[in-house]
Amino acid sequence: MSSNGLLIDYEYCTGCHSCEVACKNEHNIPRGKWGIKLTEVGPWKLTGDKWEWNYVPVPTSLCDLCEDRVGKGEKPSCVHHCLGKAMEYGPVEELAKKMAAKGKKMVMFVP
Amino acid sequence: MNKEWKKEYEDGSYSVRTCGWSPPGDHPVGCGMKLHIKDGKLIKVEGDAEHPISQGRLCVRCLALPEYVHHPSRITSPMKRSIDDRGKDKWTKISWDEAWDIIVPKIKQLKADHGAESIVVFGGTGREACLYYYPLGFASIGTPNVCYPLSGWSCYGPRCAITDYILGAGYPEIDFAGTFPDRYDNPEFTLPKYIVEWGKNPLMSNPDGFYGHSIIDMMKLGTKIISIDPRITWLGTRSEYVCQLRPGSDTALAMAFLNVIINEDLYDHEFVDQWCYGFDELKERVQEYTPEKVEEITWVPKQTIIDVARIIGQNSPTAIQWGLAVDENPNGVQLGHALLSLAAITGNLDVPGGITLGAPAALLGKWRVETRSNLSEELWDKRIGAKEWPALSTAMATTHPDETLDTLETGKPYKLRMGWFNSSNFITATCSAQPDRWYKALKSLEFNVVQDCFMTPTAMAFADIFLPLPTFAEHDGVVITHFGRNPVFLGAMNKAFTVGDCKSDIEVCIELGKKLHPDMWPFDSVEDFFSKQLKPELGIDFNDLREMGVYQPKYTYRKHEKGLLRADGEPGFNTVTGQVELTSTLFEAWGDDALPYYKEPPYSPISTPELFKEYPLILTTGARTFTSFHSEHRHMPSLREITPDPIVELNPETAVLLGINEGDWVDLENMFGKCKMKAHLTPCIHPKVVHAVHGWWFPEKPAEEPSLYGVWDSNINKLVPHKHIGKLGFGAPFKQMICKATKREA
Ligand code: SF4
Ligand code: SF4
Ligand code: SF4
Repeated sequence: MSSNGLLIDYEYCTGCHSCEVACKNEHNIPRGKWGIKLTEVGPWKLTGDKWEWNYVPVPTSLCDLCEDRVGKGEKPSCVHHCLGKAMEYGPVEELAKKMAAKGKKMVMFVP
Repeated sequence: MNKEWKKEYEDGSYSVRTCGWSPPGDHPVGCGMKLHIKDGKLIKVEGDAEHPISQGRLCVRCLALPEYVHHPSRITSPMKRSIDDRGKDKWTKISWDEAWDIIVPKIKQLKADHGAESIVVFGGTGREACLYYYPLGFASIGTPNVCYPLSGWSCYGPRCAITDYILGAGYPEIDFAGTFPDRYDNPEFTLPKYIVEWGKNPLMSNPDGFYGHSIIDMMKLGTKIISIDPRITWLGTRSEYVCQLRPGSDTALAMAFLNVIINEDLYDHEFVDQWCYGFDELKERVQEYTPEKVEEITWVPKQTIIDVARIIGQNSPTAIQWGLAVDENPNGVQLGHALLSLAAITGNLDVPGGITLGAPAALLGKWRVETRSNLSEELWDKRIGAKEWPALSTAMATTHPDETLDTLETGKPYKLRMGWFNSSNFITATCSAQPDRWYKALKSLEFNVVQDCFMTPTAMAFADIFLPLPTFAEHDGVVITHFGRNPVFLGAMNKAFTVGDCKSDIEVCIELGKKLHPDMWPFDSVEDFFSKQLKPELGIDFNDLREMGVYQPKYTYRKHEKGLLRADGEPGFNTVTGQVELTSTLFEAWGDDALPYYKEPPYSPISTPELFKEYPLILTTGARTFTSFHSEHRHMPSLREITPDPIVELNPETAVLLGINEGDWVDLENMFGKCKMKAHLTPCIHPKVVHAVHGWWFPEKPAEEPSLYGVWDSNINKLVPHKHIGKLGFGAPFKQMICKATKREA
């Protein structure tokens, strides 16, 4: 049986926080807790005029991969509302193929 | 989209499809969403995947809509307060009838005793009110004085006016295939090779209704970005080039790009020969702006200037997206002129993947102009500042904002006696420069009405009558991107449910209008009003629009070739010369230079070196965040959790010298004022520059005067001077002041 995961393309995650709030709404998660939480690496200068500055949302133990929504044929709430269209949900094998195909700035979570 | 815009469920709950526009939210972006209502409450907001622009996505402001709608401190019935209690939290709930019984006789009395011009309507930026506060003034109340109290009218107005004078067209927006139902796949569309983001961060601001994250959509398809910004933004880190310029030096940079493109012969000869006026003069003018010299002015390395100019000159289509930084600059008219010239001579105007141009006449725009017919010529001539500032008053139907403050302070040319504040909280650091001066001046008004959703510092200070506004979830309306000046779509805003006893902008216009100027308001209902607007132009009524969800007008490229820009139907542009005016006939007639030129900011290391010793940092303000729209949203718990404090960004090197650490409270001060901000250290800002956010007040602080929700504590606009505007009346230095920063002792 294959398990499902969340694929994040952090080249295009703009740090908009929609995933955080969409998830909180879906699961009634109170202030101070998150089902998915944005992390930030950078900004700092690499070399010349290149910069390192990435946002990566990290699902927590409260993430159930939106079991109910997915059961109804919908996308997880975070994926559905993501402004950067930087998130995808699916079986890990499929997502792994997509990671490999893009080849950079991808991360997959199996919460 | 699906015809069914309302859906009912077995448990008695239902959902309504709608398009969003503040209150609350932002500019007319009109993202599609479904509002789920259960037992009279908004329980959930879900993005609508069918919407051609937003495609299911929603930003945190709409995701937090239920918090806003059902917030315990929201005001949902009219209130009155005795004039002696201004600034005190002493309100009495009243009915709408009671409110009208106070307001209507007062307006009639003022008109009879002092003339309608003694009443001024203030309108806020970006909200839905923008469509209605002019008609409210002209046709419901009957005054010529409608005021957007932003020094130098420094938002959108200058860009629209410059475009009007130079191109004779509606708003120029980058092509993001917004009018095509199949978007980027449409065969008529071409992907921009480059997008130049000039003083704009559209991911956060969704400016004028442009869907910011379309930039990301296009980057994924291959568009490259050039960022012109004093800060390295996140988008900057994904850009091919960043020109990290000194704040306010933009016009010099634009002139240097023109210099390289013209001297290296990278321009579109055919377009210039056929459609441009005054190229030789421009060519001569740009010779002054060599890359060497402009490096000194702007801090952008000479080679970067040359590289970027070549990219713009050699890659068609390239789209330039100009931002608020064009408006918030006393040299901004020249900047806008230079940028339109840049787009024109590189052949990027009104071509697929370049810059789209709005047609001259626009939906609802026509009606708004027509409401002016309620005013006699004589009354219209009394509009404050209109005669003194013809370049502003020709394009904008408002007063001159800076003159309006002068009038309040001096009583000249006549005394203003009543203020109507529609969705404007401008003693907070939103639009007014020197808000503390406005605050004192506004005290002279003898009667004030405020329309808003919450008690704001401005309402607490001045309102005698408070009229509650519904959110966009609670009334019928339309959203039109770019305020109708280059609409990508028209969206149906559908009333999903009711909270309390609120009335929308248009409801108030109609109700008050029927009492004072009934002939101007021949509408039976809001629905009837919209149907009468839509039918003649689009052939659909409001109900059809509801069923369509969004209406995307058909877009025609190269309108100047087809005679679609001019009233006479001839090819060309709707300007005095019929061409793109690289040399402007009107600017010259109004006493300014016909050609763009660079002028130093009023305060800078170069124009005021002595002052700069005392205030050795360049202050830029007003960058957007995801979590707020100007002064909205400060009381939304989930948004405040993300952005708890007002932030000043400092370079770590500067911070070390000043003994400031991450998270310290810092005083920012200059010769005009002082405020406090929390320090955030980031290498993305130049060591000599600091950036401070705007819009802050603290709903958790005491409501009454002198606190007014802590409105003066972190009010960055206190540091921005009054009436330091450009020669034509546009542009104020919100983004290029000077200041010092000191750590606050706890
Ligand atoms: S998949 Fe669902 S539960 Fe998991 S982070 Fe996303 S929204 Fe939250
Ligand atoms: S919603 Fe998408 S773009 Fe926004 S922070 Fe989350 S992953 Fe990033
Ligand atoms: S941009 Fe944000 S606030 Fe505006 S309509 Fe879209 S989701 Fe709502």
